[in-house]
Amino acid sequence: MRHIISILLENEAGALSRVAGLFSARGYNIASLTVAPTEDPSLSRMTLVTSGSEGVVDQIRKQLNKLVDVVKLVDLTDNERIEREMLLIKVAAEGEERDEIKRLSDIFRGRIIDVTDRAYTIELTGDGGKIDAFISVLQPRRILEVVRSGVIGIARGSITVKPDAP
Amino acid sequence: MELTGAEIFVRCLRDEGVEYLFGYPGGAVLHIYDALYKQEEVKHILVRHEQGAAHAADGYARSTGKPGVVLVTSGPGATNAVTGIATAYMDSIPLVVFTGQVMTHLIGDDAFQEVDAIGITRPCVKHNFMVKDVRDLALIMRKAFHVATTGRPGPVVVDIPKDITAHKTSYVFPQDPTLRSYKPVRDGDPAAIRKAAAVLAQAKRPMVYAGGGVVLGNAATELTELVRWLGAPCTNTLMGLGAFPATDPLFVGMLGMHGTYEANMGMHECDVLLAVGARFDDRVTGDLDKFCPNARIIHIDIDPASIQKNVQVEIAIIGEAGLVMREMLAALKGAGVRLDEAALKAWWHKIDAWRARHCLEYDRANTEVIKPQFVLETLYRLTGGDAFITSDVGQHQMWAAQFYKFDKPRRWINSGGLGTMGFGLPAAIGVQLAHPDATVACVTGEASIQMCIQELSTCKQYDLPLTIVNLNNRYMGMVRQWQEFFYQSRYSHSYLEALPDFVKLAESYGHAGLRIDKPHDVEAALKEALGQRGRLVFLDFITDQTENVYPMIAAGAGHHEMHLATDRELA
Ligand SMILES: Cc1cc2nc3c(=O)[nH]c(=O)nc-3n(C[C@H](O)[C@H](O)[C@H](O)COP(=O)(O)OP(=O)(O)OC[C@H]3O[C@@H](n4cnc5c(N)ncnc54)[C@H](O)[C@@H]3O)c2cc1C
Ligand SMILES: Cc1ncc(C[n+]2csc(CCOP(=O)(O)OP(=O)(O)O)c2C)c(N)n1
Ligand SMILES: [Mg+2]
Repeated sequence: MRHIISILLENEAGALSRVAGLFSARGYNIASLTVAPTEDPSLSRMTLVTSGSEGVVDQIRKQLNKLVDVVKLVDLTDNERIEREMLLIKVAAEGEERDEIKRLSDIFRGRIIDVTDRAYTIELTGDGGKIDAFISVLQPRRILEVVRSGVIGIARGSITVKPDAP
Repeated sequence: MELTGAEIFVRCLRDEGVEYLFGYPGGAVLHIYDALYKQEEVKHILVRHEQGAAHAADGYARSTGKPGVVLVTSGPGATNAVTGIATAYMDSIPLVVFTGQVMTHLIGDDAFQEVDAIGITRPCVKHNFMVKDVRDLALIMRKAFHVATTGRPGPVVVDIPKDITAHKTSYVFPQDPTLRSYKPVRDGDPAAIRKAAAVLAQAKRPMVYAGGGVVLGNAATELTELVRWLGAPCTNTLMGLGAFPATDPLFVGMLGMHGTYEANMGMHECDVLLAVGARFDDRVTGDLDKFCPNARIIHIDIDPASIQKNVQVEIAIIGEAGLVMREMLAALKGAGVRLDEAALKAWWHKIDAWRARHCLEYDRANTEVIKPQFVLETLYRLTGGDAFITSDVGQHQMWAAQFYKFDKPRRWINSGGLGTMGFGLPAAIGVQLAHPDATVACVTGEASIQMCIQELSTCKQYDLPLTIVNLNNRYMGMVRQWQEFFYQSRYSHSYLEALPDFVKLAESYGHAGLRIDKPHDVEAALKEALGQRGRLVFLDFITDQTENVYPMIAAGAGHHEMHLATDRELA
């Protein structure tokens, strides 16, 4: 099953490679991984999407928690949550296709952020399903380049991922 | 007053209570070596290869429970230490390893003797640190010791660029080494402990399976008390030997691939299994589908990741083995129940029948060739079971585990998880330094001993009176055994031609050597060596080349599918 895991990590050189190294050393899947500093500059927030049997995911959580650089880990899968991913996509847009693509982008609430006489670059955010759908309606023949940010996630309601009180 | 990083390094070790530092110098650590030269409190032991430094520190740690400390230079110094670090990692041994690094401004430039020590060691350390500012040095060192020795212990590497050891700052020994992201659990959950006690109290065929965690957690006393109260059979893993007294009638021997028949059959037929500080290694469990088919399993471990990893257990208790077992015994006593006496009696009846198969039987009466088991039995008898025994890896290791009965923890020093040939001799150095008056014997094979043979020179320098018991079968016996069983006796590259004359070799290092090839000379030779309190004696026993380790469970088989011996049926 797919799991989305939020991690607060010491914002230190090497912390990211410990996480990545753990996944490769133990043969776990990473579907996506995003990381950036938080409002507390000593901490990074990582969102990791992985999949595996419940036993494997249980080990993944435990092994991650064991890393000395991991301050807090919450598996968001069990919560009501919001997931977002950003897409930057460059598509060939010529002739009457230009209107059609603009219309599709509007339907998906995308924004055209760069224009040439032969191509558009579109920005879109949403959950993975929406982004997949947009890419598929654009059709492979038009697509010049796809850049996806990977998923970030946050729990709904008042649940927060914070370091435990000391 | 300001001190240099090198001086702070030495002060920190002193304040941390470090007695011995095992190391080898080189460019990146010369400031530190200079600071070591100017003091006498921290004793530096010069090895002959950095792998030896890590193993010696490891032997020191295993035999004392205190962290082993290593200092090596950058580049090849660090890479040579990696095998030793990985060995400690697999067996959860507390080490703090300091690696020199090139100057900060050269890092990443492929500078002379630069390697990414942090990157190379990352998968085989509990944690590692790079020091980037001399003002962080003392706190990082303190944290390194804290992380290495608490929770599930393990090696920690601290990489120190050379310029840091020259920079100056003021020194105070940091009081608080804690990290916000690292809080090992100590106490078990009381509800889980009560539940476990209730399950144990109902057991008709209980079994206790205790591992290295009991040794690491200094919980042998608690284990012994609990097992005796239960009246249950107790088995130990290779790493747990000595956690429960081997001469106690409740002890059924080691379990697993080369464990006893009674231990493995007990596992197979028990109805409640109490696992303490053991990690259900594949050498122990065999085929997981056939593992303990009838048992409700209780698992005590300090590391949540050890629990439900290979085997699904009913009751998991995360905590220090000693604290949890003490609470468990209190809960059992408090409940005022005892195990069903008649059921227990019937269970022991079964176990005694398995025992009566004498699975460790061998040709003891042979007067022609030396049986390796005979050497170890004799060693056990002559030392009264009270020696520290280090071992290398192979058949000799298994025979030592089977035939030397350890009544105390921290007496059996071997590499179980990584199975590192070359471990035995340097480990014995650390053990003997920690216990100068104790008898320390290194059980080894002619292949293993050659992997760190250079440490004989270290033994000479520090006058370490080890007894080396070389079970010389002229084969990589363990490899040969597998080739005999599983590759129709095609002995591909497992025969050692051109062996050195070990007696002359020992002598050239300044030690005594003896070659023994007749069974009736075994005892005298061992007595001679053990009686030499002043010098190392290398005993080269020419043993039976064809002897195999039994019992044996082939990889992938179940506990009830053991081979007892060539001429005896499959159990
Ligand atoms: C040639 C060869 C043959 C082998 N054959 C066998 C064999 O037949 N039988 C056998 O048993 N092994 C055998 N081994 C060893 C095997 O590979 C493993 O190393 C061993 O079984 C692991 O022992 P363990 O489960 O006690 O775990 P260890 O590696 O000792 O791990 C200790 C466990 O205890 C936990 N722990 C640590 N501290 C505490 C504490 N304070 N409180 C609670 N828990 C704690 C840890 O988290 C860990 O889970 C063999 C090795 C070699 C090289
Ligand atoms: C460093 C290393 N290389 C290879 C092995 C694989 N191996 C395991 S046992 C063994 C043979 C050991 O031979 P010896 O030391 O003579 O002991 P014996 O089995 O003959 O008692 C080998 C090669 C290992 N465990 N460690
Ligand atoms: Mg051999």
